[in-house]
Amino acid sequence: MTNFTINGRDVTVDVEADTPLLWVVRDELRLTGSKFGCGVAQCGACTMMVDGMPRRTCITPVGSVDGASIETIEGLEGREAEAVAAAWQGLDVPQCGWCQSGQIISATALLREVPKPTDDDIDAAMAGNVCRCATYVRIRQAIHDAADSMEG
Amino acid sequence: MKRLILALGLTLAGAASAETVNGLKTADEFAGVQNDEERSVAVFQEMMKVIESPRCLNCHPRGDTPLQGDDMHPHMPPVQRGVADFGAPGMYCTTCHGSENVAYSTGDGSIPGHVPWQLAPVEMAWVGKSAPEICAQLKDPARNGGRDLAEIHEHMAEDGLVGWGWTPGEGRTPAPGTQAILGELVQAWIDTGAMCPES
Ligand code: FES
Ligand code: FES
Repeated sequence: MTNFTINGRDVTVDVEADTPLLWVVRDELRLTGSKFGCGVAQCGACTMMVDGMPRRTCITPVGSVDGASIETIEGLEGREAEAVAAAWQGLDVPQCGWCQSGQIISATALLREVPKPTDDDIDAAMAGNVCRCATYVRIRQAIHDAADSMEG
Repeated sequence: MKRLILALGLTLAGAASAETVNGLKTADEFAGVQNDEERSVAVFQEMMKVIESPRCLNCHPRGDTPLQGDDMHPHMPPVQRGVADFGAPGMYCTTCHGSENVAYSTGDGSIPGHVPWQLAPVEMAWVGKSAPEICAQLKDPARNGGRDLAEIHEHMAEDGLVGWGWTPGEGRTPAPGTQAILGELVQAWIDTGAMCPES
């Protein structure tokens, strides 16, 4: 048994402790916004917040998040998350969308720590989020836009 | 017959004291080198077998990117060192590296883990350096994290992240020997004057 909160809700799951968190969230908890891309921590599609920090959940055993607080794209909240969502919509960032929940989690994590990131900050923070549709230019602009929107 | 048994006994005793474990000679194996300085240098060269292992070099890189794998390719994804040798904001090492090695669920291999998981500071870079350079650097408090020799011994013999080098998880070759043998070698090197090789 593993207990954690997901998007503010307490859950208990009865699965093998070495099951990846991504499997549990998608298949047991039916929150399918987080995607499977590679399974080997190379693409970022599965990123969720674990205790406020971005985490690749395809290589996170569910047993290791006992007692943790998890946020997924379905429940991401706060000033930065709202600014990111608005900027993403403003620029129509997604193309196919597969990578985007991971992109948004990473972008939000960056802005929570660095309110006014430079291009270099963005490149460093987003280096592990691959987009096969190559929406990188819009992603970077949207992060700048989100930062600008929070300044006023 | 007696002589044969005696000879056999000597050979076995010789083998026991001159043991090589997983490609690393034990400190005992250098007991035959009479001159302290020469013994010290020989022991350091043996330590280099561990220091030059990908398990150590990958996280003692030059520059701001760790290396990865037995072939020491640049880390993928292309992560950065960051100000605390722990990654960049939004992409710290803990984004992927947890408290232990985790086998991939979808195929062969594993992602390494340990707490803490981080790079050696850049002044402790080893990649591309010769044995004399690494030796001098190890003894220089300005480039070894302010450690004296006893603390260097502690880092090599007891540090948990160093120890991970011998249990690196599926898909990575462990460092030669064991951490205990490395610890004995480092102690033997210190006890003989911590001499550095000339080449
Ligand atoms: S699915 Fe987790 S990083 Fe690709
Ligand atoms: S929008 Fe298609 S993979 Fe990123």
